[in-house]
Amino acid sequence: MIERDQVLHVARLARLRLNDEEVERFTRELGTILEHVERIQQLDLAGVEPTSHVVELVNVLRPDEPGQCLDRDRVLAQAPDAAEGGFRVPSPGTS
Amino acid sequence: MQELLALDAHALIAAIRRGELSSREVFDTYRERAASDPLGAYLWVAESGRPVDSAAPLAGVPVAVKDIFCVDGVPTTAASRILEGYVPPYTATVVELLEAAGAPLLGKTNMDEFAMGSSNENSAFGPVRNPWDRERVPGGSSGGSAAAVAGGLAPWAIGTDTGGSIRQPAALCGVVGLKPTYGACSRHGMIAFASSLDQAGPIARNVRDCALLLRHMVGRDPADATSVGLPEDVLVPQAERLDGVRLGVVAELMGEGIESGVRGCVERALALAEDLGASVEEVHLPHAPYAISAYYVLAPAEASANLARYDGVRYGLRVDGDDLTAMYENTRAAGFGAEVKRRIMLGTYALSSGYYDAYYATAQRVRTKIVEDFRAAFARVDLVVSPTSPTVAFRLGERVSDPLAMYLSDVCTVPMSLAGIPAISIPAGLSDGLPVGLQIAGPPFSENRVLEVAHALEQALAFEGVPREVEVKPA
Repeated sequence: MIERDQVLHVARLARLRLNDEEVERFTRELGTILEHVERIQQLDLAGVEPTSHVVELVNVLRPDEPGQCLDRDRVLAQAPDAAEGGFRVPSPGTS
Repeated sequence: MQELLALDAHALIAAIRRGELSSREVFDTYRERAASDPLGAYLWVAESGRPVDSAAPLAGVPVAVKDIFCVDGVPTTAASRILEGYVPPYTATVVELLEAAGAPLLGKTNMDEFAMGSSNENSAFGPVRNPWDRERVPGGSSGGSAAAVAGGLAPWAIGTDTGGSIRQPAALCGVVGLKPTYGACSRHGMIAFASSLDQAGPIARNVRDCALLLRHMVGRDPADATSVGLPEDVLVPQAERLDGVRLGVVAELMGEGIESGVRGCVERALALAEDLGASVEEVHLPHAPYAISAYYVLAPAEASANLARYDGVRYGLRVDGDDLTAMYENTRAAGFGAEVKRRIMLGTYALSSGYYDAYYATAQRVRTKIVEDFRAAFARVDLVVSPTSPTVAFRLGERVSDPLAMYLSDVCTVPMSLAGIPAISIPAGLSDGLPVGLQIAGPPFSENRVLEVAHALEQALAFEGVPREVEVKPA
């Protein structure tokens, strides 16, 4: 259903570091869930349009006028590491 | 004080207007109870409320708000460690609307982390207990809001519903909960789980209170381009009869997997509906049995994208690492609980190269079939009826080690979510001493019709027992 290597690959894509116990558990649990999910692949869906959204809306526009935005200091006050009016992060490194 | 607790929100508003109660008395009584909450329903309780003009539509009757709604200056966590300590600099639109209508914030209620769960056991800050039986779950994900209303710890509350997160806990706690049509309420300031499904809605002791609260939540909001409001004002229902109303009982949601006690309550409610003048016939939603499968592709896929923002950069938790990627991975490993990780994994897998068509694109087509099923049903009947939950409240711990069994708790509510249609849960009686929810759903924007029918049935059902006499801990 889903192999350990796929679980590790997906975890990397999702920026989730999993420990060994989690890798083992997710391999098992995701397999069970996917087995249930795969029932939809039995349906004949030829010619059926996909639905991404139930409200029929096209191009919702608003006047392009300057308005209030959030106060920068209050926003930065929530940051784990704010510096010089921005968000400071560790070096992207070489990896 | 017992007398105050016995009053529903309508009665509180009337008493405040007559000068028999002050909004301060109402606020303080509920504040005190919320602050000594024995159920784990609250994550934060307000110190004091602003004075409210008794002429305001909601007259100062305070509201408990699920901790998924941002409130300026008030800790907001979505029950996740990754947002522990976060204090938003702005307020969700629906909370602003309620405050403007005269419903001050009473407190923030517990929930499943990021609204992912059906039992409230996925909260990083502990479970919520069901006031009917404290060894049982209140449902989820809006479990704190439902338990607070059922336990007399809040006059009314708001929650969010993505796949049943208002309706299922309302059912399990014996209160009324409504998920509006997708787009009726603004999602601005509501922490995103699955954006094409998430909707805010009211949880209250009865249908009339639910309608009144909803009336002051809906509306188009420039800050949410998918919000459309409702074509007419929400009215507080008066109907006592159901003459000419055509109800369709959903065959696929009455069979296998539905507890007999639950089915019995629903059948009794349908018989009462016929006594009130409604016609009842069977309708089919042939793709409803595939709804859970489609939902557990679509919702996790949207969640995996929405939760990418929790990266230790702008707010919330950061766990350091040697470089940027290590910091992201360490932060997310430490900050997210097991269910959130599971859903992110599932969603990322469904969207990943080579699997997209087999899962995500297929699930979107199933969603179309479910929309079409409802359209066909509503060509024959006005509203469809089913159980809200296949079972009554289950025991704490009973389903935590079996994610699929937990997901199947939403089998009756997920089809309406995928179709984006309004659906309400009202208490329909007791099975083994625990509340059973009856779900009534209608076409898009039929909130007033749904509320009218729910109100008439509620009167006939005459369900009693809320609020539960929950003794609060001494201060």
